[in-house]
Amino acid sequence: MSAEYTEFHPRPYRRRMSVFWWVRRRSYLIFVLRELSSVFVAWSVVFLLLLVRAVSQGGPEYQRFVDLSSTPWMLALNVVALAFVVFHAITWFNLAPQAMVVRVRGSRVARSRIALAHYAGWALLSALAAWLILE
Amino acid sequence: MAKRRAEPLLWLLFSSGGLAAALLLPVLLLFFGLVFPAGWAPAPDHAHLLSVARNPVTRIVLFGLCVLALFHWAHRFRYTLYDGLQLKRLSRLIIVVCYGTALAGSGIAGYLLLGS
Amino acid sequence: MADNIILQVTRYRPEREPEPTTQEYEIPLHEEWAVLDGLNHVKDELDGTLSYRWSCRMGICGSCGMTVNGEPRLTCATFLTDYCPGPIRIEPLPNFPVIRDLVVDIGDFMRKLPQVKPWLIHHEDAAAPEGELLQTPADLDEFTQYSMCINCMLCYSACPIVGLDEGFIGPAAIALAQRYNLDSRDEGADERMEVLSTAEGVWACTFVGECTAACPKGVDPAGAIQRYKFTAATESLRSLLLPWRSA
Repeated sequence: MSAEYTEFHPRPYRRRMSVFWWVRRRSYLIFVLRELSSVFVAWSVVFLLLLVRAVSQGGPEYQRFVDLSSTPWMLALNVVALAFVVFHAITWFNLAPQAMVVRVRGSRVARSRIALAHYAGWALLSALAAWLILE
Repeated sequence: MAKRRAEPLLWLLFSSGGLAAALLLPVLLLFFGLVFPAGWAPAPDHAHLLSVARNPVTRIVLFGLCVLALFHWAHRFRYTLYDGLQLKRLSRLIIVVCYGTALAGSGIAGYLLLGS
Repeated sequence: MADNIILQVTRYRPEREPEPTTQEYEIPLHEEWAVLDGLNHVKDELDGTLSYRWSCRMGICGSCGMTVNGEPRLTCATFLTDYCPGPIRIEPLPNFPVIRDLVVDIGDFMRKLPQVKPWLIHHEDAAAPEGELLQTPADLDEFTQYSMCINCMLCYSACPIVGLDEGFIGPAAIALAQRYNLDSRDEGADERMEVLSTAEGVWACTFVGECTAACPKGVDPAGAIQRYKFTAATESLRSLLLPWRSA
């Protein structure tokens, strides 16, 4: 980039993107929050594996896990994690139809239908899991 | 060439992981992370949970969920570091840390769910 | 409705200032005027030195893209009355170097676009068909949406990855590649995959979705990109599991 402007060697102005580019617009902020939900997805897996380990190690170990999960900080963490995991699910089901073209008998299935199918599957699987856990 | 072939497959893992996590994690985290600890419903007794967890279908489903969800995190977090914190110049290190962690986690999940 | 409205326009004159500045103009507020009409009034009546691009003034040439109150818009399709009582901030499109005032250098895009080979690739060794290459309305339906792109660069301005990653090929280029990949007359999908299925091709995209929100022609480049990710991924999977079957 030349320091001095001359007629046939222009000096274009290049704007640098700030590290906080994602705070400037609401849509960017929501996007970054959506991406950060993956951290809570990973935490959920860790939590799940801790539960599995506790269950397989016997009654007392399982009770200790239940007590640990009731402590205020663990509860708070899981509330936040649940919010983010649900946010992940909703954004995923809302965006998935935009990424797929599904044809039934020649015509395209409407995007809202595809999203609805995802939500229905979510409800069904959740009900099944709840029944397995509670029954 | 290998790197070019890896990227689409890593994206497939990310994609399936995102779907699996979206479908199954909310209900699991709701019950074991909030409902039972907060006392809104009595926690299931150990014997019942053990029989559910011992079931081979449950083990395979949970293993699949854990592996896919971990690789979903790895891929998404890698790009969050690239774009959010502008760390693309450290991409080699980030790739090793992210997918390495996911691999290690998958190993642990395999041991816990399929081992015993 | 007030009689006038204020435009806060970015000026950049490299021959006399190191950085862009803002200049205010007060223009009449006519109900039927677009922002472009406002700029033309400035140039004709108030300040002839203002530089900006425009041509068809009806949303088909793609020349008049600028940032209006923080959003990338076609100034011929954006109306002054939408921003009453003003003032209206008019800046050059982000993610491109600014040459002067509201004029940006789109050379980067012009170099990236030919890389995806946005033309019909029909191999010469196939027997020349009698007459035209025929297509059904269903065939046309597959790619029509992606053919609507007017190269206005609003998607590049909206996409944060374009700003963060210089090598990213960008939404319009991928949407235009899809316009040809999905065209039944085309046989160049493999050639395009060399460019598209790379770290600077579709894999750099993280589905922010802002490109689709900014597009004035309903092209949905985000959808085109995600669809291509599926295509490339299934192709990779196929070549991995069934290597003898790859084209």
